[in-house]
Order: sequence, then C-alpha cells, then structure tokens
Amino acid sequence: MPIGYVIRKNQYYDSVFLMTVNSRILKVKGIQQTAVLMGSPANKQLLADIGIQTPNIDAAQANDLIVAVIADSMQIVNQVLGNLDVWLNAIQEETPVSQLHTLEDGLAIKTNANLAVISIPGEYAAREARKALEAGLNVFIFSGNVSIEDELELKRRANQNELLVMGPDCGTSLIGGIGIGFTNAIRRGDIGAIGAAGTGLQEFTTQVHNLGFGISHAIGTGSHDLSDQIGGLTTLAALDALEGDVKTKVVTIISKPPGATSLERLLAKIASCRKPVIGCFLGVDPEIVSRRMNLQPAHTIDEAVGLAIKMSGKTSPTREGLSAVEVKMLSDEKAGWSPEQKYLRGILAGGTFCYQSQQIMRGKGITVYSNNPLVPKNKLNNPDKSFQHTLVDMGDEFFMVGKPHPMIDGTMRRLRILAESHDPQVAVLYLDFILGYNASMDPVGELVDAIEEAKSVYKQRGGSLTVVASICGTDADPQDLTFQVNMLRDAGVLVYDSNAQATAACCWLLGKR
Amino acid sequence: METKIDRLLSEPLVVVNVGLNKFAKSLEEQGVDVIQVDWVPPAGGDKGMMDLLDELL
Repeated sequence: MPIGYVIRKNQYYDSVFLMTVNSRILKVKGIQQTAVLMGSPANKQLLADIGIQTPNIDAAQANDLIVAVIADSMQIVNQVLGNLDVWLNAIQEETPVSQLHTLEDGLAIKTNANLAVISIPGEYAAREARKALEAGLNVFIFSGNVSIEDELELKRRANQNELLVMGPDCGTSLIGGIGIGFTNAIRRGDIGAIGAAGTGLQEFTTQVHNLGFGISHAIGTGSHDLSDQIGGLTTLAALDALEGDVKTKVVTIISKPPGATSLERLLAKIASCRKPVIGCFLGVDPEIVSRRMNLQPAHTIDEAVGLAIKMSGKTSPTREGLSAVEVKMLSDEKAGWSPEQKYLRGILAGGTFCYQSQQIMRGKGITVYSNNPLVPKNKLNNPDKSFQHTLVDMGDEFFMVGKPHPMIDGTMRRLRILAESHDPQVAVLYLDFILGYNASMDPVGELVDAIEEAKSVYKQRGGSLTVVASICGTDADPQDLTFQVNMLRDAGVLVYDSNAQATAACCWLLGKR
Repeated sequence: METKIDRLLSEPLVVVNVGLNKFAKSLEEQGVDVIQVDWVPPAGGDKGMMDLLDELL
C-alpha cells in the first residue's frame, strides 16, 4: 500500500495537538493509517514497527515533527502531505500559544508557585520533576512511561524535602476542592481520599458528592506507588498530610492490589493513625486486610463510600442490591434474547472499572476474560478479540499508541462496539461513561449511534441486545449529567449510578444473583 | 512543624503547568492562578546533551 512521510525540523507539538492532527487526517477518504508524532527514540521505534523506517527518520530528533501516511493511492498520500501546513495552521489557530518553553520560564513569573503539573513525554518528565522539586514545588506528574528508578529517586528526594510527588502516571487529584487532571466537580467536605487508581478516585469522589457529602482532598499517588519497588512513599506521605489536616475527618485509600511488603508497611502506618481509615484494596484477599487495627476494609468502592460517610459521623442512604423495579426491567430485557445469546462484553474506558467488575464477577463465580485480567490464566490471547465473557480495558497501552485515551475520544470504543455486534452470542454490552474536567464533552453522544446500530443488528437477527451503562459524574461537571443520562435512556440503555451497581445488573442478567 | 505538603493542602494553589494546555485551561476555569509552559525538548531532545546543559547551567 502507498506510504509517504514528511519530517519538519524543529517543529515541536504536544501530544494533544498531534492526536488532533492525526484524527483529522484519518477522516480523509482513502487513508488507511497515519502516524503524527515527534521524532523521539520511542516514537521512531513505533514507526519501525509498522514498517516505516528510513535513514531520514532515523536521523530525526525529539523536536522534529514526523507525519507518515498509508493510503489507498499515492495521490491521496501526496494530497495530505502536500497540504500539511493547512492542517497544522488550522489546528494551531484553535490553540492558544504560550511564549514560555521551560519550567524555569514559568517559575520566573510565578515565584510563589506551590505545584508543578507535568504532562510531557515520559522520557523527559523525570528531569522536569526533579527541577521542580529542587525549586521547592510539589509535583503532579500525569506522564506515564517514567522508569521505576526515576520514580523512586523523585519520591525519595520529595520525602527528604517534605514535598509531595503525585505520579508518575497520576490521572487525578483534588486539592482543596480544585481538580487537577481528569477530575469531577466535587463539593468540599470532610472526607479525605488517597488513590493509586485514577478512575477509582473519580468513582469514590463523585459518589460522595452525589450522596450530598463532600471531599477535603483526594490525593492521587500514581499507579506504581504501592508496588514493592516504590514502597508506597507517596501514599504514606499523603496519609501523614491528611492526618494533620484539620478539615479531614476520615481517610479512604483506594488501590489495585498493593505489593505484599508495601501493604504491610501501610497497614502498620494505618494502625497508628488517630483518624479512621477505610481501605479498598481491589483484588486483595479480604482475609489479609480483615481484623487490622484502625482499618475498615471495603470490598468495593461503593462500600468504601458508605463506610467513609458513616465514619465521618453522618448517615448515608444504604443500597442493598437491585431494587424490584430494576429486577423487573432486567427480566424484561432478558426475555427478548434469542436462545444463542449468552455472553457479556464490557468495553470500558476506566481501568479501575474493568478491574472492579472482574472482582465482583469472580465473587459470583463468573469467569471473565480481559486484556488486564485479575489472574493471568484469564488473559485474552488477542486484546482485539473478545472471548466468552470479556471485559476490555480500552485505556490499556495496546490501544493507545498514537491515539487518545477513550475518556477523551470515543472512536476506539465505537469501533469495538460495532465489532462486538458481529458476534450473535453476545447478550449484554456494558459501557462506562466518565464525565468531568478534561474528559470528552459528550461521551455518550460519541457512542450513542454505535449503541443504536448494535441494538438494531440483534433485532434483525430476531434477538435483543441489552446495553448496561454506568456513569461517573456529578451535576456540577462541565458536561450536562442529566442530558447524558437521558440520551442513554432514550437509546434503551439501562443506566446505573456506579460501576459496582452496573456490574451487579450484569451478574443478574448472566443468571448469578 | 508545618511542611510544604501541609501548606499545599491549606493554601490556594499556584500552578506552573508544563505540557498539555487543556490542564491549564481547566485549572483556570476553576479560578486557579496558573501559568502555561509550552514545553519543548532542550538540546533537540538529546538526553546526553541535556545532562551536559544541566551541569553547565
């Protein structure tokens, strides 16, 4: 297939800009594949992997732009590459430009800065974070792909200087009511949270808000913090800070399974806390965290929310399983299935949601396959192909090479929904929707056509596709929560307030009540 | 004694945002004092050269 590329020396753009260019070029008829990236070593390897490697590309540097195109004809390749400036200029006009290009430039203007937020390519992020720490700033590192050695060094340095490093790979934090990264609009209150799981922290804080309560601070630690290599350095520092914070009454810690040594160290620290601590360690054997001093274990994020509200001295409306009305709706849905329909397919944007759903289903005796499975034996052979009951984490790196995260852009999930509709054995489609700052402004609108199309495919086959959704969002988010929910309901989707509730509905549909 | 982490939790945020513009924009929308840095790799992204620059400056 015809291939072409151009290299622009010394034209540096950030990843959002590059992905915008990429997605606009992809919309041109006849384009098969595009790569719009900077010439860093990691990106040049990506190009080589798809068969694009030349001496010119090998010689490109990290601030050289590379645009490569694979199309049906050479004419289309030339048409796109020949008009590159038109594309670049149009997108640049939509983006405000700063004249500041280094951390030092920023610090020279904001001499009183207390936080650096870093979201540059991972291979350079540690260097900037180190400089921020040296200048006495706390740091939030959104970038992934930072080496574990660099992470450890940064966190040790922060510890010595009594500073906080949130991340690397930190998607969300709420500091004094202000959302950093992917966060929801949450009222202030007296419940503190610490999370090594980004969407887990969003799920916790939105539920607290939606039940009428509030959050003092929710501190993201980055996904590797509770590994044994890092030893929970940020989690422990955050716990100290929330212990000392007069506005925080209780602390909830949410994470995927911590390393055994890190968990023991954290549990020892929790035992010495004066404030009550709730621990939601997804995927951990409940026996390990039961009967620990000063720890209230929660198996799900919903349970953690209930405990946090209760331990802060308030009464929370309790929710015990599915209501009679919900069961009736599920039962009506199931009645429409054809005899061959029996499998669940979850196409999820939130990594923690994929994980928690698997944990709940395992508890009900349902075997689920995933690209990020609870146990290695349930790993999908090919993340692109579902098998029996499958939950796919669409935010996984496999799907993300040069493409935006599904929380920002629904294109990849949309394609996957349509692909699943080719399998006549699918009965239930489960989707999560995440609202809030920096997320897509219309997450439901991006997928609703695909949902309707999939439903009509099953109808034509004489069956019915049940679509279950959970929404993580608040009434104060920049997207209109009610509008998003109504759009789903109008499309015949069963909508639940949390991932755990939606999963319970899926279990019911699969006959495990 | 109050640490810089304690002050981060108790005082208004003042942010230097290095990288994605949309993060600065969402902070601004929430009333945060923030400055945007459109970061560019120094020394053409050559890490050896970057280390050398760091030593010299």
